[in-house]
Amino acid sequence: MTLAAGSCPNGHVSYPTHPRCPECGEPQDETVDLSDRTAEVVTWTTSTATPPGVREPNTLAIVEFDVSDLDAEDEFVRALGQVTTDDVESGDAVEPVYVEELRDPDVGLKRETQASQDWDGYRWDPV
Amino acid sequence: MGVAVIGASMTKFGQRDAWIQELLSQAGEECLDDAGVTPDDVEHLYVSNMASGEFQGQTGVMNALAHDLGVLPAYSERVDQTSSSGGAGIYEAWQSVASGASDMTLLVGGEKMTHKTTGQATDIIASITHPTEYKHGVTLPSFAGMTARHYLERFDAPRESLARVAVKNHRNGVDNPNAQFQKEIDVETALESPIIADPLRLYDFCPITDGSAAMLFTTEERAAEIADEYAVVSGIGGATDTHVVHERDDPTVMGGVVESSEEAYEMAGLGPDDLDVAELHDMFTILEFLQLEGIGVADQGTAWELAMDGETAKDGSLPVNTSGGLKSKGHPLGASGVAQGVEIYEQLVGEAGPRQVEADVGLACNVGGFGNCVITTVMEAAE
Ligand SMILES: [Zn+2]
Repeated sequence: MTLAAGSCPNGHVSYPTHPRCPECGEPQDETVDLSDRTAEVVTWTTSTATPPGVREPNTLAIVEFDVSDLDAEDEFVRALGQVTTDDVESGDAVEPVYVEELRDPDVGLKRETQASQDWDGYRWDPV
Repeated sequence: MGVAVIGASMTKFGQRDAWIQELLSQAGEECLDDAGVTPDDVEHLYVSNMASGEFQGQTGVMNALAHDLGVLPAYSERVDQTSSSGGAGIYEAWQSVASGASDMTLLVGGEKMTHKTTGQATDIIASITHPTEYKHGVTLPSFAGMTARHYLERFDAPRESLARVAVKNHRNGVDNPNAQFQKEIDVETALESPIIADPLRLYDFCPITDGSAAMLFTTEERAAEIADEYAVVSGIGGATDTHVVHERDDPTVMGGVVESSEEAYEMAGLGPDDLDVAELHDMFTILEFLQLEGIGVADQGTAWELAMDGETAKDGSLPVNTSGGLKSKGHPLGASGVAQGVEIYEQLVGEAGPRQVEADVGLACNVGGFGNCVITTVMEAAE
């Protein structure tokens, strides 16, 4: 399992990946694994009204990974994910930790089509 | 070809016993009656609806409505653009008349939602997100919470300014007999209501709603012949922003609002200073700020001051959401953008009753997803 961002020949980086670069329209021909990098919390929320199969409360954060070492055009790439704790602030440093199942796919709207996507991924853990 | 609106209607919004087909036909019939137009005059029928299949297990609602209203053999089509389906319906209806394809176009938007639990309804709406977001349990309210926190922290805006949006729109809703809530609230109540997506609380969110709204479009020439009063769609624009919300350059800028309003202003030959009244998509209180900034009424990071100063109240310099907005009127997804158009129409032709303000130019901004798809419409009173 990787936390794969996509990059295009013009050095634009996005998470998640797209067939074509959202910035310039070139095919994304490389991926960058963000899972062993640290990131900074841009903003967060603790959601107390969660859909079926989702933990409650569900603290979520948009975080920013520094990818300036890649010599790409973009210096940062953002990602959204659950936080391991409800105790988080904007500006905190976090690292991704792998979780086998982020929500229970056996309940909710996609219970019959759960094979259409994967359900594992990374939570943000304050460093 | 100039496009006119010659009739409008909306059903009572709220928790309704009626299912989707009945809600749609109720608004459709009332709209034709309002304009004094018979069903056989209708050449195109558009039905704005996000998810009747997911909510009710009924698809093909445009065909059902066409038959129920007796508009056969009119061309019919269902328009889905999630929360902005209603605005997209205005766009389609405008196109159909402007292109000459139709001389008389009926638009009906509707949604039936309240029979689902809040969790189920939230899940259906959250299914618009990217699978990498959906699996984290992200919801539209949680996007609002994250964006509101960022806005308040970055622009040093007081938390109270968001509560003021809710208080204002609840106040306006008291005068709208079709609103889901006709109840005033105070700032304290809003600030002490239960947390839904921190820092946002219950009163920062619109409710889950059943309801329908309709508008009737024709050419300006024909409107001048058959209508006592009418309004003109003088500008309209539609734009799409990223599917993945965090991929936007600036979390506080709704690109779709900026692009679609620029397009609408350009077509109308007008700008933000010309507006007399606006209906904005206040699905969450923070969205009223982002839209006021996106449509050029306020600079980035300053719209909260308008709320604090009362500038967007009914007696302020630019009344916003005189209908009560989604906040108190309710938000039956596919109906909301049409209901915004209904309010602007009624304001322009002087039929808004106790909500009436003096208005020659009005704007409606209908936001789908969390700014994913946006339609902005500028309407003017007929000369
Ligand atoms: Zn690129």
